[in-house]
Amino acid sequence: MSTVAVIDYGMGNLHSIVKALQHAAPEVDVVCVSDADTILGADRVVFPGVGAIRDCMQALKQSGLDAVIQQVANTKPLLGICLGMQALLTDSEENNGIQCLDVVAGHVVHFAEALTDGDGNALKIPHMGWNQVHQLHPHPLWENIPQDSRFYFVHSYYAQPDDAAAIAATTQYPNAFTCALAQDNVFAVQFHPEKSQAVGLQLLNNFLHWDGHV
Amino acid sequence: MSLAKRIIPCLDVDNGRVVKGVKFVDIRDAGDPVEIARRYDREGADEITFLDITATHDNRDTIVHVVEQVASEVFIPLTVGGGIRTLDDIRRMLNAGADKVGINSAAVFNPDFVREAAERFGSQCIVVAIDAKKVSSLGEPGRWEIFTHGGRKPTGIDAIAWAKKMVDYGAGEILLTSMDRDGTREGFDLPLTRAISEAVTVPVIASGGVGNLDHLADGVIEGKADAVLAASIFHFAEYTIEQAKQHMASRGIEVRL
Repeated sequence: MSTVAVIDYGMGNLHSIVKALQHAAPEVDVVCVSDADTILGADRVVFPGVGAIRDCMQALKQSGLDAVIQQVANTKPLLGICLGMQALLTDSEENNGIQCLDVVAGHVVHFAEALTDGDGNALKIPHMGWNQVHQLHPHPLWENIPQDSRFYFVHSYYAQPDDAAAIAATTQYPNAFTCALAQDNVFAVQFHPEKSQAVGLQLLNNFLHWDGHV
Repeated sequence: MSLAKRIIPCLDVDNGRVVKGVKFVDIRDAGDPVEIARRYDREGADEITFLDITATHDNRDTIVHVVEQVASEVFIPLTVGGGIRTLDDIRRMLNAGADKVGINSAAVFNPDFVREAAERFGSQCIVVAIDAKKVSSLGEPGRWEIFTHGGRKPTGIDAIAWAKKMVDYGAGEILLTSMDRDGTREGFDLPLTRAISEAVTVPVIASGGVGNLDHLADGVIEGKADAVLAASIFHFAEYTIEQAKQHMASRGIEVRL
């Protein structure tokens, strides 16, 4: 039986992601852990996160999990979700600037102020709800997910990787932003697959069967 | 193509059963919340909101069990409102699998509670529920005030100013209910919805008064709502969520189909 470790670093509720992983692939053993050995011993690792980046990085540093995640990023399939994706970049402009894990070179920035949609209505921040994910390249994690499927988002910041080759998908709000990153054995998404119904479960299932190669 | 407008069915839960009253009387039993949530998920609901109207404190745990059960098999966002008064109430709901909590009266009695909640759990999970009632006379520019106790107690607080204040305090979304329209099936209070939606930077969910599918579309087109919430038209299978979405799409609204 393969195992997937969901990293628990005290940043909120992991109930949904654990249940969704179990539902997506009942044959996989899902463990929710903060212990470095268990994380490093798992076949795959999910790095979730909600809230503010300062609290997230603080919690990771205090527990020593920052180095563990960096190590995982070099060795096995890793899936970053929402704030877990943002934390993988070099730094974020949230909370007046925070250094992040630098697994993927680039920055995390806020949606520009005073954006409007096609009808001239002010765009709401956070970007909250179901938006389309446009896949840029084939990838094992996109298998059986139709192009431009809608996933559930809730965020005010987004990733800007230095290398455009790392962009796995984009979403329009109102301009295209990076909603998924792919770099070797690392995949990261701004949306919440665990809250995106059938397509979300498909993505989790794909991850749980991914060998880390593209 | 862009962000879809959301349709959110709301389940009023009393002692673990879904009920729906018309103008706060004639409460009808509409069934098992877990079963109904499953059906809404199948029909394509974008989120589900549970409003706990259980009167007695002792029976509050029933909603926690409902959320736990639903969150184990329904993978869309879940919001729980009703009786959220402390940080511990919020923690319990989030741990049970809720993604957001709705804060209503507690925000009116202690606005700082919203600030504390947003700082502790993040704005993304804090929905401030606003119950507003029109206080301007016919012919006057529209003016609405906040009411508590199911629309019975006026507070003298202006609804637009209050919505802005709640966003400043960290609300990530506003659930706006017109107490004049709730349960009437006459449609949303569109001027109120539009006034609030244009006044705040966060998404606004329109609620109160939906009686047919055009009302839902009107809430988005004329009310400028980001999401529309309804209860009774879905509970008694008058319309499915899918029909509601098809209808909104036919009026040019982007929805998740």
